[in-house]
Amino acid sequence: MIMNNATSAPPVASNSLGREAWRRLRQNSAATASLVLLIIIALACLLGPWLTPWALDEVDWNAFLAPPSIESGHYAGTDANGRDLLTRVFHGGQISLSVALVATLVSLVIGVLYGAIAGYVGGRVDNLMMRFVDIMYSLPFMFMVILLMVVFGRNILLIYAAIGAVEWLDMSRIVRGQVLALKRREFVEAAHALGVSSFKIVTRHLIPNAIGPVIIYVTLTVPKVILLESFLSFLGLGVQEPLTSWGVLISEGKDMMETAPWMLIIPSAFLAITLLCLNFLGDGLRDALDPKTR
Amino acid sequence: MLSYTLKRLLQAIPTLWIVITLSFFLMHLAPGGPFDGERQLPPEIEANLLASYGLDKPVWAQYFTYMGNLLQGDLGPSFKYKDFSVTELVAQGFPVSLELGMWAIGLALLVGIPMGVIAALKRNSTVDYMVMGTALAGVAIPNFVIAPLLALVFGVFLAWLPVGGWNDGHWKNMILPVVALSIQQIAYIARMMRASMIEVLGSHFVRTARAKGLSEIAVIFRHALRPAMLPVISYLGPAIAGIITGSVVIEQIFGIPGIGRYFVQAALNRDYTLVMGTVVFYGALIVLFNLIVDLLYSALDPQIRYDNE
Repeated sequence: MIMNNATSAPPVASNSLGREAWRRLRQNSAATASLVLLIIIALACLLGPWLTPWALDEVDWNAFLAPPSIESGHYAGTDANGRDLLTRVFHGGQISLSVALVATLVSLVIGVLYGAIAGYVGGRVDNLMMRFVDIMYSLPFMFMVILLMVVFGRNILLIYAAIGAVEWLDMSRIVRGQVLALKRREFVEAAHALGVSSFKIVTRHLIPNAIGPVIIYVTLTVPKVILLESFLSFLGLGVQEPLTSWGVLISEGKDMMETAPWMLIIPSAFLAITLLCLNFLGDGLRDALDPKTR
Repeated sequence: MLSYTLKRLLQAIPTLWIVITLSFFLMHLAPGGPFDGERQLPPEIEANLLASYGLDKPVWAQYFTYMGNLLQGDLGPSFKYKDFSVTELVAQGFPVSLELGMWAIGLALLVGIPMGVIAALKRNSTVDYMVMGTALAGVAIPNFVIAPLLALVFGVFLAWLPVGGWNDGHWKNMILPVVALSIQQIAYIARMMRASMIEVLGSHFVRTARAKGLSEIAVIFRHALRPAMLPVISYLGPAIAGIITGSVVIEQIFGIPGIGRYFVQAALNRDYTLVMGTVVFYGALIVLFNLIVDLLYSALDPQIRYDNE
């Protein structure tokens, strides 16, 4: 009887949790508005470069540091090299958002696997693995990432990996805690009794059940990752020309702000709005997914 | 207390050792040497240069030399600032960075705590929403966006304050960098203070204090404030780490001659010894401040006694 309940209950519960969460998320107007705005920004960054009349590194010899205007076709003005700012902001957004997705995915995979193994195996292995995480926590990571970028050059793949490798620590702790609590439950015992392998138990039973807090944490990781990438780019350690990112554009804008303030204001606005929306959405998702507030 | 302090100090040593070792080997993995890139040097001169910096020896020998020198407080020579050792550069920049950081953390506490308390006392009022909205924006928007915007508004448009420069720490030059550096921490502290104040105000001992007829001011200042500040105290460690990291960009933006600016310039110039020296120095600083904050926490919270551990 217990086994029946245990094997049939989780998928039903998770389905209704998902639907329930979606309903609750839509009731939260700030989160919904943020979601819509984020989709618009993402679409603009994806499609925008084809909609603006200029290419990424096309130089308009008639317009250096031109202010934003509708007539000239430079809706957000140009930079010191006569390149259209709006096109560059959209391209930069592609890079920033792709870093956000890939680096978050990297951190997700490492963190979930590491935490699940530590929690499931337990005992001395768990102790050792978590002590390692503790030590990693106390390292000044921002500086290690910067050192990494200095040493290995500014490759975008490296940016994905370096940021992902930094952000998995919290995730592993959260998953470990979940797995520790879950592995004593009857359905895991039942799976054991039925002869399911440890690997299957972790991947089929433990990780899916820990997914709620993981989703919440992912939404908090995305803005952190974007922030870290733009921080590196801002310092001149991010992506290289002709590629650009919001951090690079803000950094260029800062140098030109006295003559061409739009170069600072426009990319800053894009970054700030995206980060704000991600935060609102994360808060909304947390409220929607938290079983305690239901 | 003493034994706990000693234990924590002993724990800090392996952490620091990892930081130093990782940085050292990362640096030596870097393609190219410190003297590439400039004019092509004749091979004999380059060999001499390498020998005079000890770079001709095997990496492990260099590692032990570096560690030995480090124990004596010598971070090695800078490759780009030819006449200075890294130790001298750090010693030059540190007072400036320290002054900036102290003001920033002071401002963060002085503004953040009252903001959180007021929001908690006026819970769900317009004031509360305004404070929390500002705080959310402060958390979400990074300091390297806020800093140039502040400089643009107050330095360029309004022209009230200088856009950059240090000017030997004149207060006018301090305002913008300090504000830019502390905004994010103000936001975090205000949010944290509000949450913990709300919790404390709902607890039994506050109810008792009110029941015995104390005025609201006495209840807040004598009873509620101290326990409510504990989470903020334990946040001070990450806050200081955040301010140190933030100072890297802020010093770069405002052209302040602290360690942070050296660090960025060294990173861009591939001045590996200086990059590494600053990483080691900052690492030690962060570990040290975390220790101090933990000790402070134990001193303030009567429920925590580390001696028994």
